[in-house]
Order: sequence, then structure tokens, then C-alpha cells
Amino acid sequence: MGFPVLSAIVLTPMAAAVIILLMPDKYTREAKVIAAATGAAVLAMALFVYFNYDVSAAETAAAEGQSSFQFVEDVPWVEALGISYKLGVDGISAPMVLLTALAAFTGVLISWGIEERCREFMAFFMLLVAGVFGVFVALDLFVLFFFYELAIFPMYILIVTWGWKVTRVYASMKLTLYILVGSVIAMVGVIAMYFVAGEATGIYSFDMEHMIAASQSGAFDQVGYLGREGLTFARFWFPFIFLGFGVLAGVFPFHNWSPDGHVAAPTAVSMIHAGVLMKLGAYSALRVGVQMLPEGARVHLPWIVFLTLINVVYGAFIAFRQRDFKYVIGFSSVSHMGLVSMGWATMNEIGMMGAGLQMFSHGAMTALFFACVGMVYDRAHTRDIPSLGGMVQRMPWVAVAFIIGGLVSMGMPGLSGFVAELPIFLGVWNAAGVTLTVGSFTLSNYYPVIAVIGALGIIITASYVLRVVQQVFFGEYNAEKYGELPDITVLDKIALVLLVGSLIILGVYPEIMAPMVQTSMLPIVQVLAGGA
Amino acid sequence: MNIGTLENSELLAILPEILLAVLALVVLALDLIWPSSRKRELGIVAGTGVFVILALTLILSPPQGDEALLGGMIRHDDLAQIFKVMVLLASALTCLMSVDAEGVGRKAEYYAILLASTIGMTLMASAADIIMAYVAMETTSIPLYILAGFLRDDDRSAEAGLKYFLFGAFASAFLLYGLSLLYGFTGETGIYDIAAAFRFGEPGTLPLLVAVIFVAVGVAFKVSAVPFHFWTPDVYEGAPIPVAAFVSVGSKAASFALLMRVFLGIFQHQPQMWAPLLVVFSVATMTVGNVLALPQKNIKRLLAYSSIAQAGYTLMGAVAVYASDNGLGAASVTFYMGLYVLTNIAAFTVVTLFHRATHSEEIADMAGLSRRSPGLAMAMLLALLSLGGIPPLAGFIGKFYLFSAAVDAGLVGLAIIGVINAIIALYYYLSIAKVMYVDRSEDEDKPIEVPRPYWVVFGVTLVGIIVLGTIGAGIGFEWARQAALGLPGV
Repeated sequence: MGFPVLSAIVLTPMAAAVIILLMPDKYTREAKVIAAATGAAVLAMALFVYFNYDVSAAETAAAEGQSSFQFVEDVPWVEALGISYKLGVDGISAPMVLLTALAAFTGVLISWGIEERCREFMAFFMLLVAGVFGVFVALDLFVLFFFYELAIFPMYILIVTWGWKVTRVYASMKLTLYILVGSVIAMVGVIAMYFVAGEATGIYSFDMEHMIAASQSGAFDQVGYLGREGLTFARFWFPFIFLGFGVLAGVFPFHNWSPDGHVAAPTAVSMIHAGVLMKLGAYSALRVGVQMLPEGARVHLPWIVFLTLINVVYGAFIAFRQRDFKYVIGFSSVSHMGLVSMGWATMNEIGMMGAGLQMFSHGAMTALFFACVGMVYDRAHTRDIPSLGGMVQRMPWVAVAFIIGGLVSMGMPGLSGFVAELPIFLGVWNAAGVTLTVGSFTLSNYYPVIAVIGALGIIITASYVLRVVQQVFFGEYNAEKYGELPDITVLDKIALVLLVGSLIILGVYPEIMAPMVQTSMLPIVQVLAGGA
Repeated sequence: MNIGTLENSELLAILPEILLAVLALVVLALDLIWPSSRKRELGIVAGTGVFVILALTLILSPPQGDEALLGGMIRHDDLAQIFKVMVLLASALTCLMSVDAEGVGRKAEYYAILLASTIGMTLMASAADIIMAYVAMETTSIPLYILAGFLRDDDRSAEAGLKYFLFGAFASAFLLYGLSLLYGFTGETGIYDIAAAFRFGEPGTLPLLVAVIFVAVGVAFKVSAVPFHFWTPDVYEGAPIPVAAFVSVGSKAASFALLMRVFLGIFQHQPQMWAPLLVVFSVATMTVGNVLALPQKNIKRLLAYSSIAQAGYTLMGAVAVYASDNGLGAASVTFYMGLYVLTNIAAFTVVTLFHRATHSEEIADMAGLSRRSPGLAMAMLLALLSLGGIPPLAGFIGKFYLFSAAVDAGLVGLAIIGVINAIIALYYYLSIAKVMYVDRSEDEDKPIEVPRPYWVVFGVTLVGIIVLGTIGAGIGFEWARQAALGLPGV
């Protein structure tokens, strides 16, 4: 491996942030150009990584039950504790890197019009992006937490400084504290994992591949943990680690920060936040929780699936009730992210593959939604759905993009939502063999019921999307109130085209992503099936 | 070994102390020679001088292993060396940040007293004998009492000095009594001899417990552990700002060295006696510190409570010092103190400059600081984030080491309480960030001047916390781990 492309992806935005921060205040335009150039550069590098990921090598590795991490870089960091700066991607994280780059680039483009302290905005935005990239490419658990926490703080500053004036102080603090509490509890769990794995294998290391290997050799499955018979390390810690990360994925009942946070955030930050940041939680929950503690996953996911069902249905209902345009999207995120966690809970290949695709699909779709909401709000200065109307006359591009996004969220065939959500429901249906035992009571065959109820969420989704489309974009345009609203700029259009394009490409040609995600899910599914 | 004839190695071991004493005299002499127009340079001479001493210490007197020197009074090992470096750094930076501080900056006696206190701290780090430890602690404390009350005409400063003195004398009496019991039990005054004597037999549970508690109270006062923290906010609030900074870092770092070597070292074979005590101290200290920091409106009081909480986190690592066989406990405490010195100095330097320009210590008055003086706001932000444990700053990795040490010692519950506390703390740190970055004020067009010595302070501290948090994390940890080797019986 010659050029350390993953490091470049992480460090370029970080360097851009420092440069922009050190520039004098008057260079607003230059700051924007640097940010946009950085966005374009990381997008190019992410595409390079994505299309050079060797799926056949991953298949070979999967046949042996191993995850295939590629583009690996490994530099010792704190050798005494076995911490190293180790990066790499597999078929699950490579699409996430691409998604992050997409959201980062389009986010800069649609933020071009920010007038207040634009230079600092771009700097913190770049820092946020660097943190997000770092988590997806981390192959060392310490590095993962390092970037996880690194992403949270710029988020706070971005929301509290440039957010919606009414709720920003409250929402940003709530979001930060929620996410951090979840992550630090998971962190204590990971530290405990480190010592248990070290004791079992003789090698103390935060290296994820080492941790996965230790897990496969049964280091976390020994009974008698904490002196309790029948309790294993994996069983005890799985809920803390999975739900700790799950806070960021919006898992019920820890989703409360998310709509408030999305609504208060400035548009580009909402895009990154709902589009990408929530996937950090889902991704880490999968990687650290499910892949490293499969024995705990088998015990706990059968009840956690109920939480995800509440996410899907309840989130959709609440979204239906909102009057505020942006809150609709905020709750729709909660609902759709529930599908990702539900996919993890299927514990079978097709369901998990669907959830992997859903992460990308939902990311691009939500980024698109928030971009559209932001464009409407920036011009009309209201997000009250009943008082908007007829926007299609003023902003045809936004209307078209929003409708396509809406169709994606309804799972319309030919678009990415269908490609992702159908396998999830198939997976849930197929998981009928999963049983939940509480004491002497055993519940079985309930997964198909969940699939049926979950599909109800899609119907509600259709109804709220159609309602918003009808009331905001069609209907009567109030010319008296809004006057001559200007159309969106060329940069905005580029952003919309990129996001819509990715949704359509994945929809009509799922082969571009599905095999990659599927082969990387295989080793995880195998360890999940291992002791069943 | 004979005290009458000093060998080279023994001279080298106390090189920093000798040079500090010389420097203090030089500063006093310059005060007599120089016209009053040059008095501002006294602080620069003192600060630069300590930096030179620091460099000389590192170059000329590397640690000489585990031999007791000067009649068994001190040891010149890695533990001593690392904490000396921290203390000297704290002292040098405090001198530089005092240069333009009101009421203290142009006074030679201020710097001389500060340097005298520094001598005490470096000896605290190397003391290998309970008598030496006690004398070093008093050498540290008495100058600090004077410094806290240095602003004679300011009632709050006088109150701070008196309060600090009364509480300090009280704690010192406890410590002395505890140490005298140890001498009574074993007939030894050397820390390593006492520890060795305890290995083969103890004087019965109750007497030993009394000794443990008395020594613990003395040390707990110095690190401002709850419930012996009451002096801290009042002293920080009343004392001149650089003095508050120095008390918060130098004295605390030296006290943790003392805590590890004297307290944990002597009682290492009786963890059942002190481990529960330290766990209770740790939980109470971080929780009370953080909760009481929440309603504070004065930045110095807030930093005081924050420093209490920071001591609480560090105590987590201290509990683990003898529980982990790879030196993780001692290393985490040492590493954390190192980054804490840099971080807190940076925060207090911002407060010094802010106070100099506005004569205010209210957090609300820091509104609009990011527009008024972006550099200062950024420095404060970095310091607060490091205290809050946010990467890529050193505070994150430091806390990570401490939590790891606690988990390694089997104290997962303590680690959980620790991380929850870290989140509570983040609330008030971020609230300050919000005031600086979001709130508006009428003074936004009046930038705050940052004189040149302060650039040096910011340069050293901010680069330090970023490097320690990223590329330097491994090297820093490795060095801190050496400190564990200096402890008795490890």
C-alpha cells in the first residue's frame, strides 16, 4: 500500500479546518473555496477507495469467516497499551466513507450563502467531517472513540452558533450530552473488553482485528463473569455497548435529542448530522457490539428489536403530526434509522445487508430532505407547513428533488429505498426462528409479526410525505405574503443533482453496492450463527 | 553515606533546587539595581530563568536509578524527575503570566516567594523520607499562604491568605501526627524502610488505620479532595489570578507525587484499608466538584470547582497504582497531572488577560469574546475542551488512561461514575464556550491586548496539550510509566 489514502481522507479536512481557522476574518470567500476544494478532494478520494475495494478478496476472506479490511495503515501510537493508529475499510464502511464525502461536499455547496461568520462555520464544519471520516475508517477501538468524540464537539459549536435562534442553546446541549453519555458508557465497556481479551489471549491491544479474533476464540463468552453463574462478559456488556452507540443512531427511547437537534441545526449540519452522524452510531453498534460480542447479540437483540419497531412506527406517527416542515424530516429520520437497527436485529444475511444499504440510502435521502427544507426556509423564512404552498412555481428544482426523496422514503421500486428496505423486511420475516426467553417464558415466531407492523410504518411514511409535498410544493402560492421568491443558486442545484443522482443510481443498479455490503456482512452473520 | 561530603551525583540530584534558590536571589538583586521602569522585566527574567533550569535539569541530571541520596532524604528517580519537570514548567509559566498581572507583576519579592515555593514542590516530588516530605510540604505551603494574601489592600486576598493558612496548618498537623505514628510503629523515617517494615508485620489494625486516616487527611487537603476542599474556591477567588493558577497546578501535581510515594508507597500492603477510602474520596470529589461548579458565575470559582473535580478523576488512577502490574495506575496519574498543568495554566492565563482588560471575573462578561479577541477565545476553548476530555486534546487521552486504570483495578463502577461526571463537567465547560461564541456584548469592538510573554505561555501550553493528545500520547505515556518504577516495591 503506497499512498495512505484513508489518512488523507481524514487529515485533509482537518488541515483545512486549521488553515481556515488561522486565516484573517476578511477572507470569507477564500475560506469557502478551500472548504469546497477539500470537499471535492475527499469526494474524489472516497470514490477512489470505493471503486478500488476488492470485493473478490473480501469474498475469499468471508469464506474463511474473516472480515477483509483493505487500504490498511498501521502506525504504533501508545505501544505500552497496544493502541495504534490503524485505519482500514471493509464493505460496510467504504459506502459510509463515500456517503460522508458526498454529504460534506454538498453541505459546503449549499452553505455558500451563509453570511454570519462564514469562515469559522467552514472551519468547524471541516473538523466535524474529519471526525466522522475517522470513525468509519478506524480499525482500532481507541482511534474509533477518538474520532467519535472529536465529531461531537464541532457539532455543538455549529448548532449553538449558527443554529435556529429559538431552540439552539437547548437543543445543542441536549444533543451533545445525550450522545456523549452513550458513547462514554460504551467506552468503559470497550476498556473492559480490552482487559478481558488481553487476559484471554495474552496480548493487550485495542486493535479491532485482534478484538474480533479474540471474540471468535471465545474470550467474551466465558461463564462466571462478575461471579454470576450463567453470566458472560458478552451478555453483560452488550446492551451497554449496543445501546450506548445506539443513542446516536436514535434508538428508542434514546432518540429524544435527535429531532430537536436536527431542527435547531443549520442546514449543512442537519445534513451531516441526520445523514451521516446517526450512521456513526449504527455502524459502531454493529462493529463493536454485534461483531465483537455476538454471544450477547444473540441474547439481547431479540428484545431490542421491539425498540426498533417502536422507532419505525412511532417515529412515523409523530412525523405525521408535525406542523413544522423540518420536524417532519427530523422524526422521519428516527423512523428510518429504526429500520437500520431492525436490520441488525434480524441477525441474518439479507436483513443485515439491507440495513447496510439503508444506511447509505437514508443518509443521502435525509441529506437531500434537509437541503430542500433549508432552501425553502432560507427564502420563505417559515417552516410552518400550512402557511407554505405552491413552492413548485418558485423552486421547481427543490420540488422535484424533494418528491424524489419522498419516493425513496416510501420505498418506491427503482429508487434506493426499495433496494434497502425490502431486504430488511425480508430479513425480519426470515428471522422467524429467533426466540426470546424471559425466565421460563419463551416467545417465538414473533419476527414475522414485527415485519407486518413495521411495514405499517411505510404506509404512514407515504401519508406524511404526500401531505408535505401537497401542502408545501403544490397548492396555492401566496404571492402577497412571499412576493417574488428567488430560485435556488447553481451551487444548490449541483448539490441536489449529486444527492438525487446517488439515490437513483443505487436504485436502478444495486449491484454497485449490494455485493460489497453483503460479503462484509457474511463474517458477522457467521459469528452470530456460530453458537446458536 | 555521609552528609558532610557531598558527592557529584548528590549535587546533581538537587541541582534544580540550588539553581532556583540562586535565581530567587538574582531576582531580588535585580530589583535593587534596576530602575522602576524596568521592573516589568523581573517576571521575564524569573520565567526565563526557570525555563533554563528546566532545560539544565533535563540535560545535566538524568534520573540515577533507585538509590537514596543525601542520607536517604531524597531519591532522584523518574518519578521525581517527571514531577519536577511539571512543577518547573508550572512555575516558569506562572512567572510569565504574572508579568502584567495587577499588583504582583512588578514585585521582585513576589517572584522570589514563588520560586521558594517551587523549591518545596520539587522536593516534595523527590522526598524519600517522611521528615523530608513534611519539610518539603511546608516549604511549599508557607510561601503559598503569603502569595494568596499578597494583595494587602484587597480584603478578599487577605481573607484567602488567612483561610488558606488556617486550613493548611490544620491539615499539616494531621499529616505530622500520622507520620509520627509511622515512626512510632517502625522506628524508621525512610519511606522505603517503613514500607519494607510493614511487609513483614503490621502494628495491629486499629493503630494502622488511625495512621492511614491521618496521613490521608493531610494529603487530601493538599489535593483538595472532598470533604477537605472548602478552602479551594475562596482561595482561588481571593488570591491574585497567577497565584490561583500556581496553587491549582503546581501544588496539586507535587501533592499527587507525594500521595503516590508516601501514602500509597508506605501502605501498599494494606490496600483493604485505603482503597475504599480513596474510592470514596474520588467519587465524592469529582461529584461534588462538578455539581457545585454548575451554578458558578465567577470564572475563578468555577475553575476552582473544576480543579476539585479534576483531582477526583486523578484519584481514580491513584486507587489503581498498586493494582495494576504494568504501571498503568501510576502512569495515568502522572500523565494526567502533566496535561492538567498545561491546560489549567492556559485557562488561567486567559482569565488573567481578561481581568486585566475588563476588571471583571464574571463569566457573563466574557460574552462576545470570540469576536472581541478570537485568539483568546480559542485558547480558552481549547483549555476547556481539554479539561472536558475532548479529543484531539490531551484531556481525552488522559481521561482514557485514568478510566483504563480504574477498570484494570476491577473498579468498573468507579469508571462509570467517572465518565458520567466527565459529561456533567462538559456541560459547564460548553456553557462558557457558548457565552464566548454566541452571546453578544457591547464591547466587541475593543480587542484585548495580549503582551508578548503571554504568547510564550499560550504557545507552550496549547501546543503541549495538542501534542500530548495526538502524536505525543505514546511517548508521554511511556515516560509517565517510568514514574511507576520509582515507587516503593514496584
